[in-house]
Amino acid sequence: MSVLQEISSDVRNMKQMENFVLFRRTNEIKEELRRGVRKSYREVIDVSWGDPHRAGVKPLSFVRQVLAACLYSELMDGDKLMVDVKQRAQRLLGTCAGGSVGSYCATAGIPQTLQSVSQYIMRRDGGVPCHPENIYISPGSQWALTNILKVLVNSEASPRTGVLIPVPCHSTTIISLTTLGAVAVPYYLREERGWALEMEELQRALDSAKGVCNPVALYMINPGNPAGYVQSRKSIQEVIRFAAEKKLFLLADEVFQDCVYGKESEFVSYKRALAEIGAPLSDSVELASFHTASKGLMGECGLRTGYVELVNLDPAVMKHINNLFSTNSCPILGQIALDVMVNPPQPGDPSYPLYLKETQHIRASLAQNVRRVEEVINSFPDFSCQPLEGGAFAFPRLFLPPKAIERAKEAGLQPDTFYCLRLLEEAGVLFSPGTEYGQKEGTYHIRFCIMTPSDTMEEILRRLSAFHEQFMKEFS
Amino acid sequence: MSSMKDVNPRVLGIRDPVSLQSLAARITEQIAQGEQKPFQRVIDVSCGDPHRAGMPPLSFARQVLAVCLYPELLKESSFPVDVRQRAEKLLGACNGGSVGSYSASSCGIPQIQKSVAEFITRRDGGVASDPEDIIFSSGSQKTLKLVLHLLSSGQGPTQTGLLTPLPCPHTLPMLLDEVGVKLVPYQLLEERGWAIDLEELHRALKAARRHCEPRAIYISNPGNPTGHVQDLKTIEEVIRFAASERLVLLVEEVYQDSVFGQDKKFLSYKKVLFEMGASFSESVEMVSFHSISAGTMGECGLRGGYMEVINMDLLVKNFLTSMQGPSSPPVLPQLALEIMVNPPSPGDASYEVFTQEILQKVETLAQNAQRACEFLNAVPGMSCQPAMGGVFLYPRLHLPAEIIQEAQRSGLRADVLYCKKLLEEEGVCLGPGSENGHDDENYHIRLCISAPTAVLEDVLKRLRSFHLWIQDRHH
Repeated sequence: MSVLQEISSDVRNMKQMENFVLFRRTNEIKEELRRGVRKSYREVIDVSWGDPHRAGVKPLSFVRQVLAACLYSELMDGDKLMVDVKQRAQRLLGTCAGGSVGSYCATAGIPQTLQSVSQYIMRRDGGVPCHPENIYISPGSQWALTNILKVLVNSEASPRTGVLIPVPCHSTTIISLTTLGAVAVPYYLREERGWALEMEELQRALDSAKGVCNPVALYMINPGNPAGYVQSRKSIQEVIRFAAEKKLFLLADEVFQDCVYGKESEFVSYKRALAEIGAPLSDSVELASFHTASKGLMGECGLRTGYVELVNLDPAVMKHINNLFSTNSCPILGQIALDVMVNPPQPGDPSYPLYLKETQHIRASLAQNVRRVEEVINSFPDFSCQPLEGGAFAFPRLFLPPKAIERAKEAGLQPDTFYCLRLLEEAGVLFSPGTEYGQKEGTYHIRFCIMTPSDTMEEILRRLSAFHEQFMKEFS
Repeated sequence: MSSMKDVNPRVLGIRDPVSLQSLAARITEQIAQGEQKPFQRVIDVSCGDPHRAGMPPLSFARQVLAVCLYPELLKESSFPVDVRQRAEKLLGACNGGSVGSYSASSCGIPQIQKSVAEFITRRDGGVASDPEDIIFSSGSQKTLKLVLHLLSSGQGPTQTGLLTPLPCPHTLPMLLDEVGVKLVPYQLLEERGWAIDLEELHRALKAARRHCEPRAIYISNPGNPTGHVQDLKTIEEVIRFAASERLVLLVEEVYQDSVFGQDKKFLSYKKVLFEMGASFSESVEMVSFHSISAGTMGECGLRGGYMEVINMDLLVKNFLTSMQGPSSPPVLPQLALEIMVNPPSPGDASYEVFTQEILQKVETLAQNAQRACEFLNAVPGMSCQPAMGGVFLYPRLHLPAEIIQEAQRSGLRADVLYCKKLLEEEGVCLGPGSENGHDDENYHIRLCISAPTAVLEDVLKRLRSFHLWIQDRHH
């Protein structure tokens, strides 16, 4: 028997992710289509990931031109590229060792990029000071989150370390927690109130941890994933006070801060809200805020770059965080994309008109998609969608008939996985089941990415509607 | 968690990095601000970072990657036709035709897994490699961490131990601290060009078993930082040793395309394993690591690497592949990997230039290795084993007693103090051997020789001047 299997309890305890079933079947169907097997659709539309490019959204030209020029500087000869692209590429290359994106950089990231990011944060937060030394650029926000969790979670401790997480919560965080040996303490968001966070629920969750684990942190996702809520300033401040009172470390996952479209919604960062509360809380509550280049209008998931800003941490602890982050190096190209993200073309720059056109187009498509999704889903009696205010996903609730639930159980699948599998088979659309994210017992949801070209979304909704009617009829 | 006592003890246990590179960066900044120093610029050759030292990237790779990033360039006729074709093919392998999408699976892009598997099969003279055994990550250290995480368990006498060469790659000790695996050193034989000694392996293992549970052995071939290239006999001995002692083999082979020693050839552990017959090839658990950071590509900043898992239990493999879930590998480096394993072929438009560039790099490396070794051996108080491969030289230093005492007083290791002074006096940043595990009086320094020859010459002269001064001052 394998040496590794013998010793690793993680391997022994691993349970098959439901996702594998859908994933495997998707690949099989793609293969069948390639071989010419006839289906009622010609291609599979995969919106199970938060991956706009996969869904067909085009990357922003400016960022790609700058990246290409940084990779292959000969491109800057002649007139192939606009002046501001060349200037940006030259400036950024100048910040790389040896003038090459192929060199290693310092632990926390390229110093000038850290400066740019900190200035962006200050602008975003209406002037609240931000120090570059508190920022760490990382290969993806999840990587940074895992590192911070690593500092907080002692897998050998008894009682075990607990982290409060929302239900629903995106699956990657859940996996990170499990791998680190932490206990996830769920607090349920109130679906009927637009996935609102209720303080009594937070208290209940904290109480439930007594005797089970030692909760040290509170993880918030704003704007939400998978649910599309945007937290109000008031709610954020309530959470901050709660964390202060209960001595919990705040982990604010804010990767969708650039995707806010609800008419009454406004993104307020946890950092800003904390500053506005004032002393003594603003000087003492410990906070880690996460952002990324993967989401928002850039959608550059494949580049793998994000950052974490640490607020009010003990300098001695920061030193150890530095050691931890220094065990892996951060991709240079991603940092360049990050620089562009925090410093996009401005009015007057030659690239601005195209940049404006492209970003407006993406925003318009998103707004259109939101409207259509809510319209279509809510038109079904057994399908409901809370108002979408932010983020990149819809997370509607399915009211499945008992027969469907039965059939799912017979197949050894969760009911929403069963629905998704059938949707995939019959309509060639891939969503992910609510099971992946956690949901109230007895409720079923599905998640799909809404950052797609508008006509793709129309096609998705068309296929979904046809399938849904059929499915519900079959199991009525 | 507002104090040290709440911090995860595992994190507290990560040793402090030496930070010479940040000092180097600070001094560079000071020079830029106009501060006067005894030198014009800092040269940092402490890490295997050829571009930093001024080595150019491979044109074909950069052109293809640029086109992949900005597909408008597919219409650009000034790019050779094979560049555009390759970019088109690679973009076709990306979801949504964009390098900005997540990889199709958490191990990486399937078509590229296939390319890598084919490369390995070719390299190993037909020993088959399965694409499903290839797992990509953002750098070989990252993939290594995944495996080490699996191995990590226990505390005190039950803690997992890893037999680690002494000297080892300088990034390894911190990694082991982080995952909670005990570093168990096996000494390489300096007098024999840093060869592995089987008796020493046995000794180290026996000693280790008294205070931990050794589960795996780490191999670096070609050696980092030693430059040693293992011969067939050695590899077979190590495999037999690992097999009989039930140790998992972790074989880092990132410098496999940088072998320049006379009559030396890179032999992959996997190939040798399979040639040893079924009793070994079907049972010895092994993981091989490769990366685009090393060798002729030198693309450290792109962050790309892969591991091939051999004879790994299916459950373990599943776990490894799903562990990537939270951090899927970046796309662009996978494309760079594809280019690394599938370079232009004879007849392709870019073949001539590409081959020229590779040849030049390898020649430079070989010349540098020889020149630097001769040079350093002629410096009193220094001795250097010749390197056969890899990108480092690892000379031994004799340090005057006064330096050692000063070091003790300032709480630094003597070789770190030496490197710090060298940096401050001459503007040259080298790596102290204590990062590579030599933390006794056996002082060494490491320097990266993958640099333009003129740069290396500069480094050598400054180093000699400094070393003579140091010895002179204290006599």
